[in-house]
Amino acid sequence: MAQISVDTGKCIGSAQCVLAAPEVFDQDDDGFVTVLDASPSGEAAASARTAQGICPAQAISVQG
Amino acid sequence: MTTTDADLVPFLLRRPGASFPPPEYAGFRDRPGLVKAALPSGGTVWLVTRHEEVRAVLTDPRISSNPTHEGFPRPSRTVGAPSADDVPGWFVSLDPPDHNKYRKALIPEFTVRRIRSLRPAVEEIVDRTIDQMLVKGNTADLVEDFSLSVPSLVISSLLGVPKIDRDFFEEKTKVLVTLTSTDEERDKASEHLLRYINRLIAIKAKRPGDDLISKLVQGEILTQQEVSGISMLLLIAGHETTANNISLGVVTLLQEKQWIDDERTVEELLRYHSVADVVALRVAIEDVEIGGQLVRKGEGIVPLVAGANHDPSMFERPHQFDPARSATGHVAFGYGVHQCLGQNLVRLEMDVAYHKLFQRIPTLEVAVPLEELQFKYDGVLFGLHALPVRW
Repeated sequence: MAQISVDTGKCIGSAQCVLAAPEVFDQDDDGFVTVLDASPSGEAAASARTAQGICPAQAISVQG
Repeated sequence: MTTTDADLVPFLLRRPGASFPPPEYAGFRDRPGLVKAALPSGGTVWLVTRHEEVRAVLTDPRISSNPTHEGFPRPSRTVGAPSADDVPGWFVSLDPPDHNKYRKALIPEFTVRRIRSLRPAVEEIVDRTIDQMLVKGNTADLVEDFSLSVPSLVISSLLGVPKIDRDFFEEKTKVLVTLTSTDEERDKASEHLLRYINRLIAIKAKRPGDDLISKLVQGEILTQQEVSGISMLLLIAGHETTANNISLGVVTLLQEKQWIDDERTVEELLRYHSVADVVALRVAIEDVEIGGQLVRKGEGIVPLVAGANHDPSMFERPHQFDPARSATGHVAFGYGVHQCLGQNLVRLEMDVAYHKLFQRIPTLEVAVPLEELQFKYDGVLFGLHALPVRW
């Protein structure tokens, strides 16, 4: 199981996390990241790590 | 490491007959440090070609996008990047925190949900463009008749340009982004467009609709002048880039037809072609070390997107077009706070363009031998001047 945290202050709404891991991340009405599943496991955790790697604003942290 | 004039390479290394990205990039990546290039305007710039370092440059707060800083690269003799002082709302030229309010005002219009909702509108535009191409006979210049029209019509729909004005809008934007236009033609087109957009803003301030200009004008964060600058920026940024991607992708897919319907194709095309190779211009505002190279305050930096996207340490066999790989992590849209705001719209436009084009014109083929295609070796963006096709 992974632990997700996001820094919404850094988020620039590029939505790459939503495309990479739609089961973990979404965008609020203003376009900023929201976390749907803060402790994903299995494939969702792997997608979340991909999202962390491609986030242009480096706003996503995945522990574990 | 010291650099002498003898070590300087030319800034744009593209040339007829050579592959793109320039074969020299592989050598640059293997050398320690960075490479110093001579700009046609005079002066020098550091070229960054490794994936990791391109991303490092684009996220380092000591490296600025603001052309008002001393030493900011001017790639051509006459044209420099506009600053937000020249054009209010030109936010690609601003660093955080000045940049933030503009991005924030725009991102609700570019969410994944919002872009997905635009699919029917984009499909209608692509269909209409194909209809018009088919009416003309059995040959066309795909660049002129398709690739440039689609983004123009999409952005005009997004901005809320009334349907009745779209021909005017498309005609003017085409002049702006076509390389064969003279400076005079371009100035005139830009003046007409700006005047038109300002009139549109005034109308939408009184009678708002469900479009981007209306929302920005209603938002009260931005002045009308800023909305006008942003509209021009979106228009220009989303136009020739998308057109080049569509055209180059058609050439690639005609040779690799098995990938036409694969959902991974668009991402790999973006990586593979990297049309905006030299677009991200930066300047160091403090001394900073990049890839073992000391870059001094006031020195220009160009992170080469195609260099990063063809770095074999990130993408195996990078010169091979292979949608089966994961192209995730490419930097075709840049990286950092300025990563392309419209990237998901571009993906949608490319996806719809290929599906419709090959579905509706299954006999489509390039009408000249591939070696005769006119590539943009000298343009800021890589692409095709023309793409003669028949069916």
